[in-house]
Amino acid sequence: MEKFEKVTSAAVPLPIEDIDTDQIIPARFLKATSRDGFGDNLFRDWRFNKDDSPKEDFALNDDKYSGEILVAGRNFGCGSSREHAAWSLYDYGFKVVVSSFFADIFKGNALNNGLLPVQVSEPFLQELIEAIHQNPSTEISVDLVAQNITFNGKSEAFDVNPYKKECMLNGYDDIDYLVNIKEEIEAFEASRTVY
Amino acid sequence: MAKTLFDKVWDSHVVKSLEGGQDVLYIDRHLIHEVTSPQAFAELEKRGLPLFRKDQMVATPDHNVPTKDQHLPIQEALSRQQVDKLIENCEKHNVELYGLGHPFQGIVHVIGPELGITQPGRTMVCGDSHTSTHGAFGAIAFGIGTSQVAQVMATQCLLQSKPKTMRIIIDGELKKGVLAKDIILYIISKLTAAGGTGYFIEYAGSAIRSLSMEARMTICNMSIEMGARGGMIAPDQITYDYIKGREFAPQGEKFEEAVAYWETLKTDEGATFDQEYVFPAQDIEAMITYGTNPGMGIKLNGNIPGLIEASNKESFSKSLKYMGFEPGESLLGKPIDYVFIGSCTNSRIEDLRIVADYVRGKKKALNVNAMIVPGSKQVEKQAKAEGIDKVLEEAGFELREPGCSACLGMNEDKVPAGAYCVSTSNRNFEGRQGPGARTLLASPLVAAVTAIEGKIVDINEYLN
Repeated sequence: MEKFEKVTSAAVPLPIEDIDTDQIIPARFLKATSRDGFGDNLFRDWRFNKDDSPKEDFALNDDKYSGEILVAGRNFGCGSSREHAAWSLYDYGFKVVVSSFFADIFKGNALNNGLLPVQVSEPFLQELIEAIHQNPSTEISVDLVAQNITFNGKSEAFDVNPYKKECMLNGYDDIDYLVNIKEEIEAFEASRTVY
Repeated sequence: MAKTLFDKVWDSHVVKSLEGGQDVLYIDRHLIHEVTSPQAFAELEKRGLPLFRKDQMVATPDHNVPTKDQHLPIQEALSRQQVDKLIENCEKHNVELYGLGHPFQGIVHVIGPELGITQPGRTMVCGDSHTSTHGAFGAIAFGIGTSQVAQVMATQCLLQSKPKTMRIIIDGELKKGVLAKDIILYIISKLTAAGGTGYFIEYAGSAIRSLSMEARMTICNMSIEMGARGGMIAPDQITYDYIKGREFAPQGEKFEEAVAYWETLKTDEGATFDQEYVFPAQDIEAMITYGTNPGMGIKLNGNIPGLIEASNKESFSKSLKYMGFEPGESLLGKPIDYVFIGSCTNSRIEDLRIVADYVRGKKKALNVNAMIVPGSKQVEKQAKAEGIDKVLEEAGFELREPGCSACLGMNEDKVPAGAYCVSTSNRNFEGRQGPGARTLLASPLVAAVTAIEGKIVDINEYLN
């Protein structure tokens, strides 16, 4: 996993609520056996017509919007547990997703892949979307060390689990930690009654 | 201190707690399938790590498999490669695999319970969000991502923040024709698609206690559709009777010992939940969804909410536009093109019996393509033993071979763009059953009535 400290960039707005992981990456693109290349099919059915031509009114196809930050409506990433959703966002080039609410499994998957979910208040989200609509090159800064997000002089703090923060800052995975405590896991197994 | 069922099971699996609130949670059983496991096996190989407890894993292909001619090689190249990769990985790492043609093959959440792998008090995970199904037995079961699949493979543990607890009580007697699917669609319509996020749910109350294991599984299965990591129901005699004698259930004296332990898995008097809801069973009627998330459900004979009632007008309008419906209108009389009965929500023997009982001696409407996909080889075998296959065939339904099928359309079973499908599955997301497909979630009974009538009707008028 790559280290994450701070991202400053413009953002792509997607102010739809309840964006599920089937929209982020439809099931028919889950047939790969590696983690690579999922960005090509990110938001496939919102992004492309049936003949593979881009849908011009979709934000990712709109030249005015760019950057490493996706700003989306509440309950982002609901539905399937497919980690491919996080892989496809990251592979496309996003490093941060901002929303007023995230689905649990998606949030965990994102953190395990160096993609930072930033949960902000609903009013802050609406102001941010409004600012991007008014000026698509609005610069947004997401600072993991300080745990805040800033644009146009407005700032809001966000929560992140302290352990996951350490992992993101240092590029560590849970698996590194768990493998290191194998003896404790074995001792736990030996101590319990199993029916 | 008084503890909830959830706390009892969780606490007994904590290897250690970290500062900052994460627990190292021990996982008793790990189910894997072809879609979310290949990258996890690759991760282990990349790091040179062996499987830690391969005997606590079971594998089966389900998402990609065709539901016709399973004895032949899989036609679709990418699906075949993924299923072949599962076989290769299981052979290489000595993992128990119930492959195509094996009498135990089926949807991972159908076979776990029917083989007795799912037991009260266990922790279970799978790289699939509907792992919540297994909570019907009083297990803590939840879906995980592929990085976590690799963690469990390597250490049999996960780092998890303990979720908050919620109890949903349904008391009283259910109305005629109201099934478990209606209960859960009703709950989600009240709590919304995000209402359970951050929580683990316990379902309780006399209406829940009266349900069969199959029905309890339908309810726990869809806990994720309101964002909850999982749902649980305390085990009781119905649970023990279901488990007894199954392939991997404890046998003889061991079974009695296990039951004595399972009996302790109840929420103590006085235990508190972070959130609690109570719904009278009498308020619940046959349900159907009209939108593109499972929280968008109404009574079958109700009306779609008006635009003014929507919390986010843009999202609501986008959803209705996709579905081809108008705010405020009724769904009664809407013609339906497809009926899909299957998925980890409703593909068990009880579901097939409900459908067969209703369609016996009737014929499906000419405009409907009716597909019924059993959850497992064992369900298929039982259905044939009971003559359900004949009943369905005479009614014009096609009984397929087991798999996830048109629930998510990873195989050939898809609903065409623009077509309406009344489906017993769990998600009505845009494109879920195929690009442009329009899904209306409902119970197996509503699906059966719809197939015969060819349109959405008030089932109360059809039940004698």
